Amino acid sequence: MAGRFGIHGGQYIPETLMNAVIELEEAYNRFKDDPEFNRELTYLFNEYAGRPSRLYYAEKMTRDLGGAKIYLKREDLNHTGAHKINNVLGQALLAKKMGKTRLIAETGAGQHGVATATAAALLGMECVVFMGEEDTKRQALNVYRMKLLGSDVVPVTTGTATLKDAVSEAMREWTSRIADTHYCLGSVMGPHPFPTIVRDFQAVISREIKEQLLEKEGRLPDAVLACVGGGSNAIGSFYHFIGDPSVELIGCEAAGRGVDTLETAATIATGKLGIFHGMKSYFCQDEFGQIAPVYSISAGLDYPGIGPEHAWLHDTGRAKYVAITDDEAVEAFEYLARTEGIIPAIESAHAVAYARKLAPTMDKSKIIVITISGRGDKDCAAIARYRGQEIYE
Amino acid sequence: MSNIAKAFEKGKAFIPFLTCGDPDMETTAACVRECVKNGASLIELGIPFSDPTAEGPVIQGANLRALKGGATTDKVFDLVRELRRDVEVPMVFMTYSNVVFSYGAERFISACRDTGIDGIILPDLPYEEKGEFSPVCEKYGVDLISLIAPTSENRISMIAREAQGFIYLVSSLGVTGVRQKITTDLASIVKVIRESASVPCAIGFGISTPEQAHSMASLSDGAIVGSAIVKIIAKYGPEAPKYVGEYVKSMVEAVKR
Repeated sequence: MAGRFGIHGGQYIPETLMNAVIELEEAYNRFKDDPEFNRELTYLFNEYAGRPSRLYYAEKMTRDLGGAKIYLKREDLNHTGAHKINNVLGQALLAKKMGKTRLIAETGAGQHGVATATAAALLGMECVVFMGEEDTKRQALNVYRMKLLGSDVVPVTTGTATLKDAVSEAMREWTSRIADTHYCLGSVMGPHPFPTIVRDFQAVISREIKEQLLEKEGRLPDAVLACVGGGSNAIGSFYHFIGDPSVELIGCEAAGRGVDTLETAATIATGKLGIFHGMKSYFCQDEFGQIAPVYSISAGLDYPGIGPEHAWLHDTGRAKYVAITDDEAVEAFEYLARTEGIIPAIESAHAVAYARKLAPTMDKSKIIVITISGRGDKDCAAIARYRGQEIYE
Repeated sequence: MSNIAKAFEKGKAFIPFLTCGDPDMETTAACVRECVKNGASLIELGIPFSDPTAEGPVIQGANLRALKGGATTDKVFDLVRELRRDVEVPMVFMTYSNVVFSYGAERFISACRDTGIDGIILPDLPYEEKGEFSPVCEKYGVDLISLIAPTSENRISMIAREAQGFIYLVSSLGVTGVRQKITTDLASIVKVIRESASVPCAIGFGISTPEQAHSMASLSDGAIVGSAIVKIIAKYGPEAPKYVGEYVKSMVEAVKR
């Protein structure tokens, strides 16, 4: 069935939005193989976003851990500092072809909001970003960036005033203004066709990893690691390896203060099957289906659900999902900075943390690729506070 | 024939919406009885959900107050059981898919039949996904109510043809909440609905004044009002039933006019 990944996915949205998602699907099917569209998108990827991103051999980390050879896929080097720009350029270009003049988006940490504001500035579109009020305080610098880029930022005060509420509010806004507005969803979630569209635009990550590693090592990796909130950088990193059974795919969720506490955002570890934000998938929720207020030190992984394709990869066993605590992520954040001179986003540090456990257990002939989905400049003040040092941006 | 049809037998219907457990179940029960006493034709009971994406700020607030007050799906079924000791008008639930799904479709929908709920409105379950619950609804004779929106256009006939109970026509774009003016060309949508549907059609979203209720009901078979009632409850709390009753009386008079 269209828009399903096993039993997951679907289109659980208000009737008011149905023609909008149908129109989006038709437009996407029309443009995805259109040579002109792809030529324009490739141009933006290469000339504007700085693709292809480097696949860097982390020699010191490899030596230090004493096991598998480690490569870092450097999505942090993209323009705006994260993988989010891949999806946003694709969707903004598509929206423009559809005749839309206005983009709306949700954001958690602010990375997707900044990327959307950037694409809107570049393509001459209006832009409104919904951001939980809590997050606007935690990430004040990104709020300023979005405004600098010409976007409006709407603080969301409903619910827990974090990412899930920003998604809800963006959906509400979309139902009130559809004709000129495209909802530029930031992850592989929401109603069909978003999980497919976002995955396709992010799949450039695994396509490049495959080409680059073949060139450097003449073979496929043994494991690919990426952090998972909604799961867009992870699905992008996994996609072209799904058909290669020798490649282990590992998603690293945010355990927050631990999967045995209520302060966690590890959906696969603690969630159950449900229907929310337009999709059937796994969600952190109580026994009556009320969505749980989740927690992670990483604002970008602080979401109570996971994209439907990940839910399916979990069901089939094709990908494995592990939970990484705040403590482990912060240690990995500091470790990569010291060892390789690379400050990863705290989100990406969850994947680095698992690599530190995994690599020593693997033979030196094996290869691990870790996607560094974003850079960590935005997190420095928060990590300093976590370590008991009050600094201000 | 569905029990819901009774609501439309005595002329135009007035359909009030209340969020169960806002501020507590006793107040909800008293408000429902006031609505019935003052001529409401059908009662729409909201089961609170943590993240009601189709609601404006007023009903969002009611959902959160109810959950904070300890409302659960089990307690809502207890409320319905208690109400059915004397309330005879049709009653339907309005909630979100996850509330039904997490309870278990079979368990939830059989409990609807057993307690006396005649239908379910799920604003996040469009035509394409109704198979999620419709086989179980049919098994227990509970109507799964369809919504039609101003943007439905080419989808109206498809939805109307299979509609059960009544059709919930959404008056305007956006979420629930009071609106100054409703500008959608509802008359032409109702015309297409009537060509395909075998059930009545009531209009909701944005209706608060007797004038609006009158004009919406004259275009269709009835008017649905939520936010305006929830506002009265938010203002008066446990004292609200009397004021809800007075308001419903004025609205019933307006739709029957």
